[in-house]
Amino acid sequence: MEWEIVIGIETHAQLSTESKIFSGASTNFGADPNVNACEVDIALPGVLPVLNKKAVEKAIQFGIATGARVNRQSIFARKNYFYPDLPKGYQISQFENPVVEGGEIKISVDGEEKIIRLTRAHLEEDAGKSLHEDFVGMSGIDLNRAGTPLLEIVSEPDMRSAREAVEYARHLHTLVQWIGVCDGNMQEGNFRCDANVSVRKKGEKEFGTRREIKNLNSFRFLQQAIEFEAQWQIEQIEDGHKIIQATVLFDPDSGETRLMRTKEDAHDYRYFPDPDLLPLNIDEKWFTSVEQAMPELPLAKIERYVKDLGLSAIDAQSMVASKGISDFFESAISQIPESETRKISKLVANWINGDLAAALNKEQVELVDSPVTAKMIGDLAQRIADNTLSSKLAKQVFEGLWNGSGSVDEIIEKEGLKQLSDSSELETFADQVIAANPQQAEDFRGGKEKALNALVGQMMKLTKGKANPAQVNEILRKKLA
Amino acid sequence: MSLEKKDVQRAALLARIEITETEANETFEQLGKVFDLIEQMKIINTDDIAPMAHAQDISTRLRDDVVTEKDRHEEFQEVAPATERGLYLVPKVIE
Repeated sequence: MEWEIVIGIETHAQLSTESKIFSGASTNFGADPNVNACEVDIALPGVLPVLNKKAVEKAIQFGIATGARVNRQSIFARKNYFYPDLPKGYQISQFENPVVEGGEIKISVDGEEKIIRLTRAHLEEDAGKSLHEDFVGMSGIDLNRAGTPLLEIVSEPDMRSAREAVEYARHLHTLVQWIGVCDGNMQEGNFRCDANVSVRKKGEKEFGTRREIKNLNSFRFLQQAIEFEAQWQIEQIEDGHKIIQATVLFDPDSGETRLMRTKEDAHDYRYFPDPDLLPLNIDEKWFTSVEQAMPELPLAKIERYVKDLGLSAIDAQSMVASKGISDFFESAISQIPESETRKISKLVANWINGDLAAALNKEQVELVDSPVTAKMIGDLAQRIADNTLSSKLAKQVFEGLWNGSGSVDEIIEKEGLKQLSDSSELETFADQVIAANPQQAEDFRGGKEKALNALVGQMMKLTKGKANPAQVNEILRKKLA
Repeated sequence: MSLEKKDVQRAALLARIEITETEANETFEQLGKVFDLIEQMKIINTDDIAPMAHAQDISTRLRDDVVTEKDRHEEFQEVAPATERGLYLVPKVIE
């Protein structure tokens, strides 16, 4: 029997604002308990929420970036439940008329492109944190996180494998960081996913009963949890059991999912419009100003890199793998004269993908902390392009840059790495090499092409690798003609 | 939709309000009148009227994204029944 897995994902992305969504308290992570929880966040009587403009703008940006509809009027609703880290007794969220509806994320798995449709994205506030371990018979409540702005992004059930789900989550993660709406820090819980998983026999039209896996805060856990859950559901059905709609938790230690609550004890949230908040209206002027301030999106960049900079599609794609890489690349080529950008961009891309990526990977350093700066890569590429450096010498310079020996030109000067391109000097060396290797010279004259390689090798040895091999080749051929 | 007494008891449970049998009966009767009123209002045709989220047709106020609040947790915690190391303490909850 062939089974098909159906997955939809809900993502909570923390919006990177300075202050909370409905209060002027700081969103700073890691502060001492409750120092960033003001009257509004701890729900003292009589307080009123006032919406953070920046949080709304970030939601609008997300809508634009995914080609969604940004609703010109949206409303806030109360989602009612009792839990000590939610002091109001309700979470302010959006139910009917969310700020963003529709949109899509393009993913590719094994070279095949697929579109994952988005249902909606809505604004809401985060809850506080409960600490259960340290107190006898009591729980400690830290409300610093209460009121932190979140964008909940809901996908359609369009994914058909754990890998597609991970690709979707990765693309979304890259996008929210790219447009600067979320810092994407998964360790701090700023980007977390819930996966709705069901299975059905291949070819069936109806969806199976789903179970929701809560709070997956790494791509690896997302993949493991879905794989385990789908297999479990298939086995249940094959053994003649029915799947009962439920919420489950993933245990990273055992790699298994376990029941948290079934539909019978599902919360009855009793959503209703929050009377404390008026409708949110987004007029054309505001929308347009947010749209104009949007950074250039990855797809537009790829097109520009190919068209204006002459990069291959593959290189262009790798230069937009993240906002960080793209910023680094653009900064590296920013000081290069326009007439040379096409030639040098390709070199810069190669160095970023090649030696730089290898060194970062080997030393476990992040690009932002790279000792070799974007300007250095740009300078290095320029020295290769103007024939000061051979690619071999450039590698030596790169090593110097990595070890902090100075700028590109300083290292070339200090280490005497300048490529020999003075032809009269090279001709003198050529005469010496021919005189010292009469047999090879004779063989080449007699038609043995290979004999030339030995002579080129001798030349490179004599010049300590600083000669340009192509130039050496040319001079030797001329001399032996 | 007609109201049943068990709906009243369910609403009380969800709101964490303890009610006696007498109170449940009283509330059932009062809420029943509200539901009757709603039934009466349903007679009006509202097909072409967009639902309103608020009685007034005005827009929500927005604030700039600026931190304006200072740390006042000690003051707030003076009225809390129990605190420790800056945390509010509540009877243990495990879901």
